[in-house]
Formats: sequence, C-alpha cells, structure tokens
Amino acid sequence: MTATHPAIELKGISKAFGPVQANKDISIRVMPGTIHGIIGENGAGKSTLMSILYGFYKADAGEVFIAGQKTDIPDSQAAIAAGIGMVFQHFKLVENFTVLENIILGAEDGGFLKPSLAKARKSLVDLAAEYELNVDPDARIEEIGVGMQQRVEILKALYRQADILILDEPTGVLTPAEADQLFRILGRLREEGKTIILITHKLREIMDTTDTVSVMRRGEMTATVKTSETSPEQLAELMVGRKVLLRVDKTPAAPGPVVLDIQNLRVVDEQKVERLRGIDLQVRAGEILGIAGVAGNGQSELLEVLGGYADGTGTVTLNGQPIDLTGKYSDGRSRRTNGIAHVPEDRQREGLIMDFAAWENTAFGYHHDPAYTSGLLSNNAAIKAETQAKMNRFDVRPPNPQLAAKNFSGGNQQKIVLAREIERNPDLLLVGQPTRGVDIGAIEFIHQQIVALRDQGKAILLVSVELEEILSLADRVAVMFDGQIMGERLSQDTDEKELGLLMAGVGA
Amino acid sequence: MDVMPKWAEVVLVPLISLLLAAILSALVILAIGEDPIAAVNLMVTGALGSTYGWGYTLYYATNFMFTGLAVAVAFHAGLFNIGGEGQAMLGGLGVALVCLFIPWPHWTIAVLAATVGAAVFGALWAAIPAYLQARRGSHIVITTIMFNFIAAAVLNYMLVNILRPAGSMDPATERFPEAVHLPSLHDLLTPFGIAFSKAAPANVSLVIAVIACVLVWVLIWRTPLGLEIRSYGKSHRAASYAGIGAVRITMIAMLISGGLAGMMAINNVMGEAERLVLNAVEGAGFIGIAVALMGRSHPFGVFLAAILFGFLYQGGAELALWTSIPRELIVVIQALVILFTGALDNMVRMPLERIFLAIRRGGTT
Repeated sequence: MTATHPAIELKGISKAFGPVQANKDISIRVMPGTIHGIIGENGAGKSTLMSILYGFYKADAGEVFIAGQKTDIPDSQAAIAAGIGMVFQHFKLVENFTVLENIILGAEDGGFLKPSLAKARKSLVDLAAEYELNVDPDARIEEIGVGMQQRVEILKALYRQADILILDEPTGVLTPAEADQLFRILGRLREEGKTIILITHKLREIMDTTDTVSVMRRGEMTATVKTSETSPEQLAELMVGRKVLLRVDKTPAAPGPVVLDIQNLRVVDEQKVERLRGIDLQVRAGEILGIAGVAGNGQSELLEVLGGYADGTGTVTLNGQPIDLTGKYSDGRSRRTNGIAHVPEDRQREGLIMDFAAWENTAFGYHHDPAYTSGLLSNNAAIKAETQAKMNRFDVRPPNPQLAAKNFSGGNQQKIVLAREIERNPDLLLVGQPTRGVDIGAIEFIHQQIVALRDQGKAILLVSVELEEILSLADRVAVMFDGQIMGERLSQDTDEKELGLLMAGVGA
Repeated sequence: MDVMPKWAEVVLVPLISLLLAAILSALVILAIGEDPIAAVNLMVTGALGSTYGWGYTLYYATNFMFTGLAVAVAFHAGLFNIGGEGQAMLGGLGVALVCLFIPWPHWTIAVLAATVGAAVFGALWAAIPAYLQARRGSHIVITTIMFNFIAAAVLNYMLVNILRPAGSMDPATERFPEAVHLPSLHDLLTPFGIAFSKAAPANVSLVIAVIACVLVWVLIWRTPLGLEIRSYGKSHRAASYAGIGAVRITMIAMLISGGLAGMMAINNVMGEAERLVLNAVEGAGFIGIAVALMGRSHPFGVFLAAILFGFLYQGGAELALWTSIPRELIVVIQALVILFTGALDNMVRMPLERIFLAIRRGGTT
C-alpha cells in the first residue's frame, strides 16, 4: 500500500428507494490525510451515500475501494473492520453508562468485562494524548456536555482503529466555541494521517476546514473542487442549481409599541425540571426578536408555552391584555383567537399531519374558522380553494392540494405551514427553526416572507439554533442558556463570537 | 407518491387476503377428510341462496356494522376499543329498560327511543375507560377488556335479581310488549311485492345501521370534529399544537364508539329476541374489531366487511348443521379470514407494492 492510493474511492454508486433515485452514479476519491467535505441540500442524497459506505444500505450498483482494495460492505461490522468510523448527527450513546463503557460497547474482548475495560482505559489515555481528545473515562454520558459526548463518539471510532472518520452534520448541536474545538481536533486527526469526511449544509464550515469538497444535488454529484479554489457563492449555486442570495435583504426595523410582554415566565416539565427559569422579554410591533442558543436550553419550551401547549407561570400580555398560561383558555385554539400564529420547530411532528392532504393541513388549527365551515360541516370546497390559492402565492411545488404532506419536500412543507400561519394576519408570529431541513432556494423565500410580515408592523419571535440565521434575520437578539436569558443585543452591534460566549453561559 | 393505485389498495389487497384465507381453509377441510368444494357450495347456498339465508346473513351483518363502526371511530382517534362486547351488552340493558318500562304507542317512536337508550348506555359504559385513559393514563385496551367482564356481571345481576319476571327460572326479561315489535325485512318488503322469508330475523335495524354508516362517514370526513379526531389519532403532538384537547377528543371518540356498539342492541335485543337474555351479544363486539380492520376503518369498508362476516356466520352455521364438519372448524375459518385480512395485511401488501413499483418503473424507462 502506498500513499498514491486514495484512502477511499467510490465508483459509480447508485441507489434507488422505490421511484426515488437517491444516489445516481456517484464517484469520489478522497486522499489519505485530508478533510473532504460533502455538501448538499436536504434530500440531495448525502446521508444515503454515507449509509452505503457504512453498510446500512446496499448499493444497487457501484464499487467501494478502501486504500486501493475493492471492499464489500454488507453491514456496519464490515465497515468497522475496513477502518471506517461514523459519528452520527444523533449520538448513539447509552446515557447512563460511563464514557469507558460506551467506548467498549460492542467491541468487548472475551466474556468478561474487566480486561476489556482495563485495555480501553489504557488506549484511551494514549488516544487522548495523541489527539488532544480529553475526556474523563469514568464520567457518565448524561453528566457530560454535548461537545464532550461527540468526542466520545470520535474516540469510539478511533478505539475501533478507524482510519476514515465520517461526521454527519457534526456542529448541529454545538456552540460556536465547541464547534471550533471540534475542528481543531479534526485538524489534529488529519495531521496524524486520518481521513475525514465531513457532511454538512453549512458553507462556512466547508470553507474553513476542508481540503476538497463535493457538491451533491438531487442524488448526483455535481462537482468536486479544491476548497481553496471555490467560494461560498459558487458552492451555493452548485447546490441549488441557480444563483442564490446568501444574505437577507431587509431595511432597518421600525419598532412600534410592545406587542408581547413576558415577565418572569417559568415552565416546569413532566420530570419536575424547571426548563424556563424566569424569562423576561418584550417583542415590539414591526421587529423580529431572535432567540439564540444551543438546542435544549429552553427555547422549545418558550415556544410551547406561548403557542399554548405547555403550562407555565408568570405574566404574559399580548397588546396589553394578559393571556392565560394554564387552564382551559391556554390551549392552541385560544392562542389563535388571541392573534398568535405559530410556525413550530418540528413541522413534521407538530405543524403538519404528514398523512393528511395539503388542504386538510391548511385548515389544521383553524378548522373552526367560519370561512372553513358551514353549519356543523366542514366547507371542504372552500378549504381546497383557499389551499390552491395559498400554494400559488407561496410557490408550493407541486401545487396540488390533494397531495399528502409527506409527499412534499421539506421546503415545500414549510411553505404550507408558513402560508397557513402568516396569512392569518397575526399580531404575533412565533417561528421555530424556520429553515431547518429546508433547501437553500426555499430559505431565501421563507426569510423574505418573515421580513415582509415584520414590515407590515407585526411582532415576530424567532427561535433558531443557526446563529447565521439569527444574525441576518433578527433585529434584536436574546441569548438563552439553561432556561434563562443571558443577554440581549442589537444584531448590528454584535457578532457570532460574542453571542457564542453568551450561548455557552459565559458573560451576561 | 403512494406506491399503489387506490383501487389496488382498496379492492385488490382484501381480495387476495380473502383468497389466501379461503385456500388455507380448503386445505384444513381437506385435512379432516371433507370436500372443500361441497363445503363452499353449502355455505354459499346456505347464506345467500335463499331469502331465508340472506335474512340471517343481513341480521348478523347489522350487528357487525354497529360494532365495526364503533371500533373504526375509536381507531381514527388512535384508540383501540376492545370493549364493544360489553358496550353492546349494556346497550341491550338500555333497550330493555326503554321497551319494558315506557308504554310506546308505535314501533317507530319506540325504535328511536330504544336507539337513544342503547347508545346512551353503551356510551356511558365506554365513558369510564375513556376517562381513565384521558385523565389517569390507564391503557384503554386493558380497561375496555376488563369492562367486558364487568358488563357481563352487571347484566347477570340485573337479569337474575331485578329484571327476571317473578316465578321464571330463566335469567331473562319478560317479552317486550307487542307495540315495540320491529318490522322484519319480510314486513318491509312485502308491500313492494318482494317475497322475503318470514322466519329470518333481519329487520328494520339494518336500515338504521346503514344510516349510521353514512353518518359516521360524514362525521369523520366532513366535519371539523372528524378532522380533530383523525388529527389526534395521527399525532398527539400535532393535535396539541393545533389546540385539539387530548381529554376532549378521547372522551368524545369513545362516547361515540361506545354509543355505536350499544346501538347494536336494537337489532339483536329489540329486533330479534324481543327480550333481553344473557349473552345476547354472542361475540359480535369482537367481530367488530375484525370488521373494522378489514374495512380499513372506512364506513363503506365496514359495511362490506360486515356483510362478509355475516355470510361467514350464517354459512358456517349451515355447515355445522348439514355436514360432519365440526362447529369449531367454522371458528377456524373465521379466524383465518381475520388473520389474513387484519393481522397479515402487510404480507399481501408488500409484494403487491413491489409488483406495482416494477410495473411503474417498467413504464417510465
């Protein structure tokens, strides 16, 4: 084996799921000791390709070469044996096991645990020294932070002698500081000769860390370029297939009177854990307040209690009128009557019923509206007509009201939700992760719609874990950490670094 | 895109399932040394070959329509109501009380009142498990099953200690008065010049069952409440996002479900027996589960499946009567139909989907 062989080479990989061609004749070569980025929109086929590489799916056609050797990967055991390690977006760790136990899980030697643990402890010390991957081997997973958990995943792969490390959207749950740390570790691994494949939709990460990058679109590999020879604009164009605007076009906000006033809002979840620990916030008419923070710091609970599906305590007023936080009039229907519309964080589990037709989803939540009913019956004809009109206005493709929600792409699903909520002309719009899993082309449109609503003088509360999105869309930013507001900034006066510190709970 | 065209989904899948069940049943009949062709002949002539046979088939089908609809409505809310049996028993109690203790001038008014009585008693019996599910999280499958036993005990107590006429040894109520006698299909069809068997128990309740099918269809697909029930059944989280209350929908869906199961009593208690006896329901509550499964919880599907099961019931009775095929084997055949149409649905569906996929791909390339 010489260094002239690529560490990993795919030749003509194709995979179809039913009528959908997820991968079409894909070929890549990744040289050892490099970081190779794979970028593409949701549903472009990145995850399918990596699942084939890791033995979860069998390719319909094509070959895989590892270090020049043609290799069959029928299952993940074979992938591990071939030196491939995978760090999933959602970690595969046993929460109440220690770091050490998680690392040996599935790679134990013999029937007794003790020798394996001792061996793992020793190699963990070596690995930690070699790659500056410091983790306390006896800490329980549930006690350590997300960044640390990700390191455990990397250590798991390295302990299994992985030479090729695949990371799927690794920064989705990290603070900017944690992400920087991750990329330092990846750089260190590259120096030691490991090969890294980084799957992401964030252009900046690709530009900052990779040596080469492949762009996927609709199951095809549209280009493979040297990172130093490309630009974010070019990559975005390759991903979408047309020129896209990467920043949000908007005029300065003209904030009016306070629409939403939150005082000392607290939420306790079913496990009796206090998720919101005294939130004070105000949102004015004609402004977008962005809530930044790492996922799981109370943003979801904030949306839930304001949207009417979690109970809370404290005082919340809308246009000066207090709204109920518990009891009969604190449900989603009352919120809608009050003039609060809500684009929820998880459109597939909350905002839409995936099996329902688009027209049923358009009435969803507003199905008692007199425009949608006649007497005791639903006015299905009126709902369908309205859905058709909304689909045309929001450019939903295909514009077919009869099609079930699950048959639309992420971006088009989001447009269905957005059209439903924005066109109620609400006083306050709650928006959670408006562009999560949405293709770049649709992101532009969705952002424009939110800004347009702001310009009509409506108040908008935006929750997003994408700092770039918050900074470009919001007029004011509040950072949440551990159920509290760490600080508020005007978005033109702050930057990712300052917000990143607040997101990590530093400063205030 | 859905993989299969709708007609394949609705017609082909159940048809193939049925065929498989029939083949397996034929093998079982062969194995015990009987002639399956003759058995099928006997079942068909016995159940469908005369107006007498049809009268019984439709009588059973009426029961199954009510209990099938009951299960279907609960299914749409994501609730598995196994308590149709008990709810139908209590419905019988409701019918008996209405018929025995209120003097009715004419059957038309009586049947409306009895329908309400049956529905109220069935609904109340379903309300307790529904409340326990909605408020306390007690699983409705467990509680509705338990309530079947409690219903049997309640009925036993009522019949033995309270409703049994003095001096009678039989745990049953006295006969309902002549005024509440429901017209049979014979009575209804004679004015139109159709000679329908006088002895068959099918009666005007069949019409009410068909109306119930239509009303359930309207409820589920044409009202905001139906949208709420279906939403809650698909996703609890999405329902609460939309302001659809879990407690409210659980209660409403189960009240409707229990009410429909209870309404079966106007057929078997008021229409056929004309008095309330022990075990009047005869397992129809459980057959309702199979009917709802096979009918894909759609009222029209329930209607068709109910007639199929009515045929199996009546045809099976004929088999037991005229051949040496033991009564238990009829249960085996019914079980096979339930197994193939309900439980093994995917076994037929998956290969079919693959075939349609191949056809579609062949068509596009």
